[in-house]
Amino acid sequence: MSGIEGKLSSSSSELDLDRPNIEDYLPSGSSIHEPRGKLRLRDLLDISPTLTEAAGAIVDDSFTRCFKSNPPEPWNWNVYLFPLWCFGVAIRYLVLFPVRVIVLTIGWILFLSSVIPVHFLLKGHDKLREKMERFLVELLCSFFVASWTGVVKYHGPRPSMRPKQVFVANHTSMIDFIILEQMTPFAVIMQKHPGWVGLIQSTILESVGCIWFNRSEAKDREIVAKKLRDHIQGVDNNPLLIFPEGTCVNNQYSVMFKKGAFELGCTVCPIAIKYNKIFVDAFWNSRKQSFTMHLLQLMTSWAVVCDVWYLEPQNLKPGETPIEFAERVRDIISVRAGLKKVPWDGYLKYSRPSPKHTERKQQSFAESVLRRLEEK
Amino acid sequence: MGNASSMLTQYDIEEVQEYCNNLFSQQEIVSLYQRFCQLDRNAKGFISADEFLSVPEFAMNPLSQRLLKMVDGLNFKDFVAFLSAFSAKASVHQKIQFIFKVYDSDGNGKVSFNDLLEVLRDLSGSFISDDQREQVLTQLMKEAGYSRDSYLMLDDFTKVFGSTGLKMEVEVPVD
Repeated sequence: MSGIEGKLSSSSSELDLDRPNIEDYLPSGSSIHEPRGKLRLRDLLDISPTLTEAAGAIVDDSFTRCFKSNPPEPWNWNVYLFPLWCFGVAIRYLVLFPVRVIVLTIGWILFLSSVIPVHFLLKGHDKLREKMERFLVELLCSFFVASWTGVVKYHGPRPSMRPKQVFVANHTSMIDFIILEQMTPFAVIMQKHPGWVGLIQSTILESVGCIWFNRSEAKDREIVAKKLRDHIQGVDNNPLLIFPEGTCVNNQYSVMFKKGAFELGCTVCPIAIKYNKIFVDAFWNSRKQSFTMHLLQLMTSWAVVCDVWYLEPQNLKPGETPIEFAERVRDIISVRAGLKKVPWDGYLKYSRPSPKHTERKQQSFAESVLRRLEEK
Repeated sequence: MGNASSMLTQYDIEEVQEYCNNLFSQQEIVSLYQRFCQLDRNAKGFISADEFLSVPEFAMNPLSQRLLKMVDGLNFKDFVAFLSAFSAKASVHQKIQFIFKVYDSDGNGKVSFNDLLEVLRDLSGSFISDDQREQVLTQLMKEAGYSRDSYLMLDDFTKVFGSTGLKMEVEVPVD
């Protein structure tokens, strides 16, 4: 049989060639047993491995699982428990909720009545003004946490104000920031939101040194990277808090960390946050609820119980790439918080996967076919 | 947000089960319904192409566009029937029939040389040239006793696949 010369054209070289290989994580049982022997028509017609993968993805996939809300198991299912549950609902909505609204309102009044004078009167004395504003933001966050009856257990040494360090944490909801902020005045990097949240972002949080980005803008990444670098250099700036997942995940899985935080050339201090699901599912499913609804849901639950672990600071090991560093820290956080790791980029929530992944599959199929053509 | 299976009555489950020729158990149908509701974000009663493509594992599949044409806009009953070829209980013939349908994109009951070429193109992309693909396909068809102008019917597919087993199974997770 005349051999048909196999010439493979290489795919266009893409930017992040050193991304960890998704294929290493994905279940691909068919590629384990490589078909051998002379190529026959049957082999070309048999598209069952590819079809099986597609059907498998339709039936269940690890990406969608990351963003599934998991409300606590309903326990009100019999005639004794149901009245008890109704009583509980009445207490939560008619007693706790009004009290919490009052607490929150008091907090806001205190905050606004202090921060506005401080901001204008201490215009010249920047150092003192910043110190007071930080304190007031921490105070406001404590009021927020109280308004959900937040029971937060902090483990590990409190973050210290040292230069050249960033903090990274897993992300479940915007309340992550509030819970951490009530302890330490972090400067956080967040997605710019619309509505009243955006208003707070542009006014109050600016004073703590927060940085905004916009996922939908392509050029944004470079601008943000520069802002990050500038912030690190500044000696007096608040420690930077980054959520490298880039999106809210349901506190049972962790998606891949973006390498931005890990190539700044400074120490990375991991923080793990785990919410106790028995009391409330703290996952903010931004596709299903607005932040206001999310807060209301928290304020009508019994409590928000969570653990926060401040873990050992990590540095880039010699010979380690930023991506490997990011994966290593993700591993540390996931183990501590009991999260399952999945090999997906959180931004796939908002965009389609790059055609590069399809091309890789096509390449391996093509190679297999051409190789078998050579065989007799 | 209530339990999904409370929206599916026993009658519904039995109807769907009958429709897919008992290839799925009742528990599997309930699981598939939960999945269907998860993918169908605004409860339209069908899953749009965009919603299928929001599953990255599916979007990355080389045959995703082909499968989308078959599965886009299906209601739950047809969705289950579509997936029934992947049940462990499905016969080899049913699986071959499904594969035939994937090739026969215009649904006229016969697969032409071009249909074969197109699927091969989906699978191999730019890593094999068009000429090479034609060459390989022509040669393999000839070896199997067909010419370039032959149309393959379902029976031809059955003959080509022969008696060697076909592994095409997907497990439906059941809590």
